Amino acid sequence: MIPLTRFEAQFKKLHSKKEGAFIPFVVLGDPNIETSFEIIKTLIDNGADALELGFAFSDPIADGPTIQEADQRALSHNINTDDAFELIQQIRSYNQKIPISLLIYYNLILQRGIGEFYSQAKQVGVDAVLAADCPVEEAEPLLKAAKENGIDQVFIVAPTTTKARLKKILAQASGYVYLVSLLGVTGARAALQTKTVKLIKFVKPNTNLPICVGFGISKPGHVKEVVGAGANGVIVGSAVIKLVKENLGDKEKMLAAVSEFASEMKAATK
Amino acid sequence: MKGRFGEFGGQYIPETLMPAIEELEKAFEKCRKDKKFNAEFQKLLSEYAGRPTPLTFAGNLSKRLGCKIYLKREDLAHTGAHKINNALGQALLAKKMGKTRIIAETGAGQHGTATAIAAAKLGMECEIYMGTVDIERQKPNVLRMRLAGARVNPVSSGSKTLKDAINECLRDWTASCENTHYLLGSVLGPAPYPEMVAHFQKMIGEEAKQQIKKAEGKLPKAIIACVGGGSNAIGIFKAFVPDKKVELVGVEAGGFGIEGGKHAARFADPKLGRSGVLHGTFTYVLQDKFGQIYNTHSVSAGLDYSAVGPEHSMLREMKRAQYTYATDKEALDAFKILSQEEGIIPALESSHAVAYALKYAKKCKKNDIIIINISGRGDKDLDTVIKEMGDSLD
Repeated sequence: MIPLTRFEAQFKKLHSKKEGAFIPFVVLGDPNIETSFEIIKTLIDNGADALELGFAFSDPIADGPTIQEADQRALSHNINTDDAFELIQQIRSYNQKIPISLLIYYNLILQRGIGEFYSQAKQVGVDAVLAADCPVEEAEPLLKAAKENGIDQVFIVAPTTTKARLKKILAQASGYVYLVSLLGVTGARAALQTKTVKLIKFVKPNTNLPICVGFGISKPGHVKEVVGAGANGVIVGSAVIKLVKENLGDKEKMLAAVSEFASEMKAATK
Repeated sequence: MKGRFGEFGGQYIPETLMPAIEELEKAFEKCRKDKKFNAEFQKLLSEYAGRPTPLTFAGNLSKRLGCKIYLKREDLAHTGAHKINNALGQALLAKKMGKTRIIAETGAGQHGTATAIAAAKLGMECEIYMGTVDIERQKPNVLRMRLAGARVNPVSSGSKTLKDAINECLRDWTASCENTHYLLGSVLGPAPYPEMVAHFQKMIGEEAKQQIKKAEGKLPKAIIACVGGGSNAIGIFKAFVPDKKVELVGVEAGGFGIEGGKHAARFADPKLGRSGVLHGTFTYVLQDKFGQIYNTHSVSAGLDYSAVGPEHSMLREMKRAQYTYATDKEALDAFKILSQEEGIIPALESSHAVAYALKYAKKCKKNDIIIINISGRGDKDLDTVIKEMGDSLD
């Protein structure tokens, strides 16, 4: 029998406990490598069920100002693909079980060499890859490398995705479905759009993959709402990164804020 | 393959935008074959934009250089640059698609102005994104956009120039695509943009071909155009691509020179210029070894961009077009020379094409013909030129 992937094992466990997955997102190397590692450890220790880790990019077109600034902070220390992989390796040594997914822009994969990128990702313990600017139509080379290396290729489903596109996407996706909860770029929002719940109900009957909702999820109330509507997990990025930005001068305070926020969000998945 | 120019091109954009791109593809395919649409577009071009633009024999410059120099006068089109062609075409298309709002990026401000004016003419809401560096160096255009009723949104992220303005447009469009059309200004971005913008610019070459046949009874030896994203160049090249004897030359911005990396010459710098993906398309991009996009420098805001249109990458690979560069200094000198010799003040962008023509003419015989595409007029650049050249103007 094929052993379960880290994502499969985790979603299975959470399902049996009737919990949703809390998946925080941070940019690798924000605000610097050392602090980034401590932030990620804090997230793991305070309820993260999986991690989504971003590779900083100079031109992140799918991201709002909060994540753009995080990318810039990381890049100001010249974080590159090698540093990012090294940091992931440290995280993997710290925790062998937590599923790790990457969020990355296509050019960074391409310049490393697609096959080489996936093989290095596998070596450092990555479980899934999502290329933010690569729709399913252009994904063939990524899917091939992902398959060869036993990595899941995650795709986004958006409020604008048509039924025909959904079918195309679900035919290729593995790991989980990243459901974008709103029309727009990443960033914390005060309230969820009514579209979100509708979209979960539209996608759910069409797939056996877990559905994780991201973009704009920033409060425990949002988590309850989407998990209640049938989502299997939430991805929370900008709200975490805001805590990093607000406490750049005081690392202890930053880690305390991240720890408190993570515990609250995890509690809301139960 | 769909949306590809050889191996270049493609659609590298987030899923949220894919349905909007599919809708645009369908609408463009329908309209380009639609008689009524084409008639409306032609009417706008002739009665509003002032087409066809003349092909001017540059007598004094020809005498100075010892061959025949002709200028394709896109500077005489309404708004002062070729950008109006594509702006009118896409705005009309957007209107047919039922969109009520138009957004666009701009570098030199020529595309922003053309878009603001096309939107005003067709009664649509308009917002323009422009880097703060460019707002500073292209003030007259900012005022023109606002006069035409557009809102100008300053962009202060990254290099604060064209690249960052495109990022902001894509972000806006991701949230607004249901009622908004993104009116991209060059032969860049995800398919169908490179092909569509080329379609709405190809009359430049079609006119030039007829005009030069009428004036000289033969085709030119070379056509020289500047290349930022490359829409004026594709516009004039396209009609001549099948005429293999006509040399097609694209001139990139050499900035302070290739050596120090302060330029926008994607093809000329083997260290920084490699194929990669930026803003939805696979093409030549200035980048570091890990794929982070490199910030460019050019005295000309319209050429100050890290990637080049994918069709240019293909034409170069096929060896059908060749690409070279002119430095800031060469462009400024050419700006002055054309103004003095012909009384035509070219845009700093177009001055790059003039600069290379001055060099190219050295290997020409008396009856050889060169057409330079004067993609725009230089009034907008006077502040920059005075700052760069000071009193050496006369």
